[in-house]
Amino acid sequence: MPIQDAMERVGNFDEVTYGYSVEDTLRECERCLYCPEPACIASCPVAIDIPGFIEKISAKDYRGAYDVISETNLLPAICGRVCPQEDQCEGVCPVGDPLKPVAIGRLERWVGDLAIAENWVNVPYIEPNGFKIGIVGSGPAGIACAAEMAKAGCDVTIYEALHLPGGVLRYGIPDFRLPNSVVDQEIENLKKLGVKIECNVLIGRLFTIQQMVDEFGYDAIFIGTGAGYPKFMGIEGESLNGVVSANELLTRCNLMHAGEFPAYDTPLHLGKRVAIIGAGNTAMDAMRVALRQGAEKVYCVYRRTKAESPARAEEIDHAEEEGVDFQWLTAPVEILDDGDGNVRAMRCIRMELGEPDDSGRRRPVPIEDSDYEFETDMVVYAIGTNANPIIGQTSKIKLNEWGYVEVDDNLATSMAGVYAGGDIVTGAATVILAMGLGRRAAHNMKAYLGIRDTNIVYAGHPTETDETLFGIAANERNFHRVRLAKDITSSTEEEIHA
Amino acid sequence: MDIPRPNQVGTGEPGFEVVARQDFSDTTFLLEIEHPLMANAARPGQFVIVIPDEHGERIPLTIADFDRDQGTVTLVIQAVGKTSKEMQRVCQTGSALFSVTGPMGVPSHITDAKKVICVGGGLGVAPVFPQARAHKENGAYVIGIVGFRSKDLVFWDDKFEKYCDEFIVCTDDGSRGIKGLVTKGIEAAAEKHADIDELIAIGPPIMMKACAETTRTLGIKTMVSLNPIMVDGTGMCGGCRVKVGGSIKFACVDGPDFDGHAVDFDDLMNRLQRFKEDEKVALERWTESCRRLDQSPLEPLPPDKASPRAGA
Repeated sequence: MPIQDAMERVGNFDEVTYGYSVEDTLRECERCLYCPEPACIASCPVAIDIPGFIEKISAKDYRGAYDVISETNLLPAICGRVCPQEDQCEGVCPVGDPLKPVAIGRLERWVGDLAIAENWVNVPYIEPNGFKIGIVGSGPAGIACAAEMAKAGCDVTIYEALHLPGGVLRYGIPDFRLPNSVVDQEIENLKKLGVKIECNVLIGRLFTIQQMVDEFGYDAIFIGTGAGYPKFMGIEGESLNGVVSANELLTRCNLMHAGEFPAYDTPLHLGKRVAIIGAGNTAMDAMRVALRQGAEKVYCVYRRTKAESPARAEEIDHAEEEGVDFQWLTAPVEILDDGDGNVRAMRCIRMELGEPDDSGRRRPVPIEDSDYEFETDMVVYAIGTNANPIIGQTSKIKLNEWGYVEVDDNLATSMAGVYAGGDIVTGAATVILAMGLGRRAAHNMKAYLGIRDTNIVYAGHPTETDETLFGIAANERNFHRVRLAKDITSSTEEEIHA
Repeated sequence: MDIPRPNQVGTGEPGFEVVARQDFSDTTFLLEIEHPLMANAARPGQFVIVIPDEHGERIPLTIADFDRDQGTVTLVIQAVGKTSKEMQRVCQTGSALFSVTGPMGVPSHITDAKKVICVGGGLGVAPVFPQARAHKENGAYVIGIVGFRSKDLVFWDDKFEKYCDEFIVCTDDGSRGIKGLVTKGIEAAAEKHADIDELIAIGPPIMMKACAETTRTLGIKTMVSLNPIMVDGTGMCGGCRVKVGGSIKFACVDGPDFDGHAVDFDDLMNRLQRFKEDEKVALERWTESCRRLDQSPLEPLPPDKASPRAGA
């Protein structure tokens, strides 16, 4: 996929990766093997029929491809951009050994972008069923749940505490990775399903979940508030000015346009030498935002190595290309004062990898007497989040020992009719996992309300002729791609390859 | 029951309407915002996050009062920086704020203390009022102490007198009541009453620090309401972290009320200086644009005010 030149793109917020062209897309589709038991579907949190949509693209039925994806995923333009495909569909693609796997994410994005450009939206005929559903939080989990419930005919309202909808898609993921216009479009699609979105509503404080059930007549509620309570390390000097969480840096820039200060009122006060602690996707986003906002030097300080870092491979590569200086096996132990309440430097120690820990990754062990001063005037923490306490403070819903909402196998909380999903259940995870849980919760909420689940397709019993063709089992499908001669004579080169 | 629909951003509907305004002085003014749901939910000690316009920043303001019958919440604002000065200029009765979210924060715990001192300094006078009222309604003996620079700046003395058993005004220049800081008022009250159970102080950090120091020697439990810089107000960014008893707390979701004897006020005051330079730039730029606007009102606004960023 073509990408913007690294030196050029650090000066702008335009998307780093340009989308595929039609030719690229069709060529990439040819690489799919249409496995009889597709591992990619099994590894997709929302179980998109991946070979199914690739097949449609190959047949140049682009709308059909969109229809296949949108059966299970409302947000292809977003997921194609932000899913960790290398750990999911692309990670299990058999083409990937020994070649590169089929670029499923990019194909999905291409379909999603085309749908936006062509203004496609699949609004099924919806028969209202009279059930009222409240969704707390307009992030990926809430959006996914809302779409499912709306398609089933429920009257769905999403409540969002910020002034714009989208949750982490809005405040967290920067424009060069996921443009706000894409988020806007996907939210518009949601509204077309009849979902109402109320911003500026902090559930728990403006009204409680109990009130939603007792007074406002919600039949079922989904909590998707996200983890949202950034972690700090608890080392000396953390309250100095110049120490921020990645969430704060990203929120100021993405949601509040601090990069355009003073035309927008929110300041950023970026340092010249910015050190980001952590090496997850949020850390990569923070680094690359800092570069684009004009930091002279951006460092990544991580106590393990590149191999253990949790970020998507592509994000690390992009950050490296853009000039981020990676300090692997390094951990801060103290942040130093300039005498005026600001950050002057960090004291860091070097680490080495020891025995594997519970997560299976090798545990970093400090090297004795390796401490040194690291000059920096801004320290950004991107070491994860804890559970946001508001739901716990304002309801009787049971939390686990870490403060996350406790759910059973059906994602039901301890309060009848109240379900939860996304980071508030799992702890910080990914957009697609949150969407997967949102969908699963919706499935169970429908069961709870006694609504027939429209996702179950009642296919007729297959006849013998469907199963075989000329005596060859259909699942072998090795005759599938054959084209008739008259097609070849009249088609372009790409089509011949097809 | 149907939920009264809160006004919504981005739908083309007006924002949150200012239904009344009152000016207390050149710098201090009061806004009443129509928001029935919030008026119903608000408790003493909570705050809201306001975004005045589409280009605005999110600023936390303590709820000074709420009227459940009228469906309004009251904010008292001191025009000190760009955003508050702009609000002073723009927010007239009938105008609308882009976004008002709340109530946020843990409500003040109204204890069953028998004798309570409620101290408000400057801007803190307004938010300490609902606490004084709540304690009075709870059957406590309430001593109200408010501090201002001079008598011209005094406001809400009638409201306090209505709910306080004793009411002490302190002014810097002695033009009304006790000459000196609110700590003098506290000392005077403590001398008269040996059985004070609790003191609540709201105001500038330096004032709350002084109050906490005074009560520490007197051995009176002291609660303060902290006002650090915030962005979202929902615990998500951690910008409002404060040091309380050696551990880090987020004022927006763990507070804003904390034990005054455990708060590190120096840390809070340092953190309030975070954007000192940016605040100066913003204020100077805004003052200049107002000057130009006043000179020739027909001149169009600077382009950045006229055209919001595409896709924003």
